Amino acid sequence: MVGMALPQVAPVETPEIEESPADDRPWVTIVWDDPVNLMSYVTWVFQKQFGYSREKAEKLMLDVHNKGKAVVSTGARERMEMDASQLHGYGLWATVDRA
Amino acid sequence: MFRRNGTECVAAFAIDEVRVLRKVAGEVVDLLTDGFDRGDPVVDRLFPDIYPDLPEDSAEFRLYTEGDLKTGKIDQAGAILAALPDDGPGEVRLDAETAEAWLRAINDARLAMGTRLDIAADTDLGDELDDAVLHDPASSRVFQLSVYAYLGYLQESLLNALPEID
Repeated sequence: MVGMALPQVAPVETPEIEESPADDRPWVTIVWDDPVNLMSYVTWVFQKQFGYSREKAEKLMLDVHNKGKAVVSTGARERMEMDASQLHGYGLWATVDRA
Repeated sequence: MFRRNGTECVAAFAIDEVRVLRKVAGEVVDLLTDGFDRGDPVVDRLFPDIYPDLPEDSAEFRLYTEGDLKTGKIDQAGAILAALPDDGPGEVRLDAETAEAWLRAINDARLAMGTRLDIAADTDLGDELDDAVLHDPASSRVFQLSVYAYLGYLQESLLNALPEID
């Protein structure tokens, strides 16, 4: 059973698939800091919109406040567009980008 | 200001408060209907570009979503108008759903006023108000800043009066 020669098969030319790593990255919804929205309101929105715990929502709110922006959700592009649009309904400044 | 009463958020408003709230909610409705102007910075803030670096993608997305977003915001402001007394002092009682509409609508009004008043991250509202009063106590800026501050307190009180989200 050993030493079986591999069948001689001519290598098949497989076309190079254009695979850019960027295409595999998911999309993100980003919320930006703004001078009007109350911190307590932004926390409440994150809880309502994403079902996040108060702790997680508060941490995200503080990230937005201290760092100027935060990624609040990650996933398929259409899903992120829906998230951002719903956040606009709440008055948050949200955008969509590649992760 | 709002407080919790059972499952409701309750507030007693003086006649001046009722008039101010009717005025700002009416202004938001006008901004979103007859007065809608894409060149208005307030509209920019209420309907931000979803792709800041891709104006064409943003415009295409807006084509599909702006109508619903606008309707939602008009309905939110309408919830304030519907719950208030016509013209006089009175008590307002909001269930959880209406309280949410109020929160969102107050926020839209604050965003609109904050944009017009050039509120920035380092703006101290107390200092702004002092300056405006010194300049001209009867000015529209004094009134606008006072209303803006009032709406912030009202929104905070409503957030505190809401039942905890599980």
